[in-house]
Amino acid sequence: MKRLVNQRPSRGAALLLAALPFIVLFALYLQASAERHLENPEDRLLPGISQLVAGVNQVAFEEDRRTGEVILWVDTLASLERLAWGVGVSALFGIVFGTLAGMLPLARAPLSPFVSVLSLVPPMAILPILFIVFGLDELSKIVLIVLGVAPFIIRDIQSRVLEIPVEQLVKAQSLGMSSWQIALRVVLPQVTPRLVDSVRLSLGSAWIFLISAEAIAAEQGLGYRIFLVRRYMAMDVILPYVAWITLLAFVMDRLLAWGNRRAFGWLYTGRKAEEGA
Amino acid sequence: MSVAMTAAAPQISIRRLWKSYGERVVLENLSLDVHAGEFVSIVGASGCGKTTFFRMLLGEEQPSRGEMLLDGKPWPQEPGADRGVVFQRYSVFPHLTALANTRLFLEVSGAPLLARLFGARRRAADERAMAMLEAVGLADSAGKYPHELSGGMQQRLALAQSLVAQPKILLLDEPFGALDPGIRADMHALMKSLWQRHRFTVFMVTHDIEEGFSLGSRLLVFDRVRNDPQAPQRYGARITYDLPLRTDP
Ligand SMILES: Nc1ncnc2c1ncn2[C@@H]1O[C@H](COP(=O)(O)OP(=O)(O)OP(=O)(O)O)[C@@H](O)[C@H]1O
Ligand SMILES: [Mg+2]
Repeated sequence: MKRLVNQRPSRGAALLLAALPFIVLFALYLQASAERHLENPEDRLLPGISQLVAGVNQVAFEEDRRTGEVILWVDTLASLERLAWGVGVSALFGIVFGTLAGMLPLARAPLSPFVSVLSLVPPMAILPILFIVFGLDELSKIVLIVLGVAPFIIRDIQSRVLEIPVEQLVKAQSLGMSSWQIALRVVLPQVTPRLVDSVRLSLGSAWIFLISAEAIAAEQGLGYRIFLVRRYMAMDVILPYVAWITLLAFVMDRLLAWGNRRAFGWLYTGRKAEEGA
Repeated sequence: MSVAMTAAAPQISIRRLWKSYGERVVLENLSLDVHAGEFVSIVGASGCGKTTFFRMLLGEEQPSRGEMLLDGKPWPQEPGADRGVVFQRYSVFPHLTALANTRLFLEVSGAPLLARLFGARRRAADERAMAMLEAVGLADSAGKYPHELSGGMQQRLALAQSLVAQPKILLLDEPFGALDPGIRADMHALMKSLWQRHRFTVFMVTHDIEEGFSLGSRLLVFDRVRNDPQAPQRYGARITYDLPLRTDP
C-alpha cells in the first residue's frame, strides 16, 4: 500500500470525484425541497425541479409581457457590457501604470504609495459618492469596478515587472536599447500573459462590485433582477440566475486561461521545463 | 607591469579606483591599463569584489573614487552597445526564439520607434543573425525558445546575441560556471576562436583558475592584502598579480 501522499486517482475516478460535491449538494437540495413541499405544496423558498423549469422558461425563453423582451438576455447583455468596460479599463490602467511603476524608479516613487493606499479604500464605502458624482447611470457602475479592481492589477503588474531578472534589463541596455524599446520588446511581451492571469484573478471581485452596484441602482442587469424578484421571494428565478452568473464566470475564466496558453506558449512550456516535468 | 602589446594609448585606463558600500570597502586603489584586443581573465576568492568591478565596467555601478577612462573619455554611466555582456544566467530573452534573440540588436538599432524590422530589411537582419548563429553552432536551433536549449546552447546564444552588436568590449561574469566540464571545453574553444576572429577586448570573471590561464592573454588576481581582524570591513581587494600569458597564434 502506497503512502496516502502518493496515491492519485485515475482519470475516470478524478472526474467522478470532481462531480461528487455537486451531486451531493444537488441531492441534499432536492431532499429538503421535497420535504418542504410535503408540508406546503405552494412553497416558494426551495422550489422543486418543475418550479425551477417554469422559472427558467419564464425568464429565458418567454418574452416579458410588459416590455416584449426576454429578460435574461437583456439582463445578461447589460451586465456583461458593464463588466467588460470595468475590467477592460482596469486592465488598460494595469498594464500602463503597472509597467511604468515597475520599470521606472521615477514613476514608481509617486505611483506605488498612491496605488497602495487606493487599494485599501473600500470601494463599496464610496459607492454613494460615485452615484452623486457620476449619476445613477452606467458610468458610476463602471467606475466602481475600476476602483475595486484596477489597483490590484496595477500592483500585480508592477511586481511582475520587478520580477524580470535585472540581468535581462542590463543585457537589453548592452544591445543599445532605449527605455521605450525595452518596454516594447522586453517588458510588455513578458508581462502581457501575466496581465491575463491578473484579470482572471480579479474577475471574482469585479462580479461582486457589479452586482452590488446593480442591486442598488439599475433598470436592468443580473444583479438588479435578483434583488428585484427577492421581494416576491421568487427563488425559482434567483437560483437559476445565480447558476447562470456562475456559469458565465466559469466560461470567462476558462476562455482567458485557454487563450493565454495558446498565445504565450513560450511561457507555459518554459514553466513546465523549469518544473522538470 | 602590463603586456606590451602596442605602443598605442590604452583603450581602458583605470587610476586609483576605490569602491565602497557605506563602511564596507570592496576595492581599494586599483590601477590598470588595458589595450584593445586583450583578453583579461579575473580570478580571486569569493566575495573579494570581482563582480563589483565587473559591474563598474558595465556601467551599472559608479566608482566611489578614482578615474576610469574608455578611449581617453570618462567611463559611460550606464550599459551601452559598446560593451557586450554575458552573465552566468538570464542573459537571453525567454519570450524570443534563438533567431529573434540574435536579431534583436539589428531591429532596435534599425527601428528606434517600433524596434521591429519588416520586409527586405528584416530579411537582411535575419541573414546576419543566422550567420552569427552558425558561427556559434546554433544554426539548427534558430526557431527554438531558450527553455528548449541546453545550458551550453543558451550561453552560445547569449554570445551570438551580444556579438551581433560588434561590441568593443565583451564582459563575461562566470559565463561557463554553470556548465558541465565537457561542454565547458567546447565553449572555451568557441570563445577563443570568436576572440581571435573579432579581436574585441574581453574581461572574463571566473572561479576556474585553469580557465583563466587557458583562455586569457592576461590574468588578474584580486585579493585582500591587508586585513584588520577587528574591522574586516575596513580594507578592500587589490590586484595582487597581473600576469601576461602566452596566447596561441
Ligand atoms: N550593492 C551592494 N551593497 C552592499 N554590499 C555589496 C553590494 N554588492 C556587493 N557587495 C559586497 O561586496 C563584496 C564583493 O562582492 P562581489 O559580488 O563583487 O564578489 P565576487 O568577487 O564577485 O564574489 P563571487 O566570486 O562569490 O561571485 C561582498 O562582500 C558583497 O557583500
Ligand atoms: Mg561574482
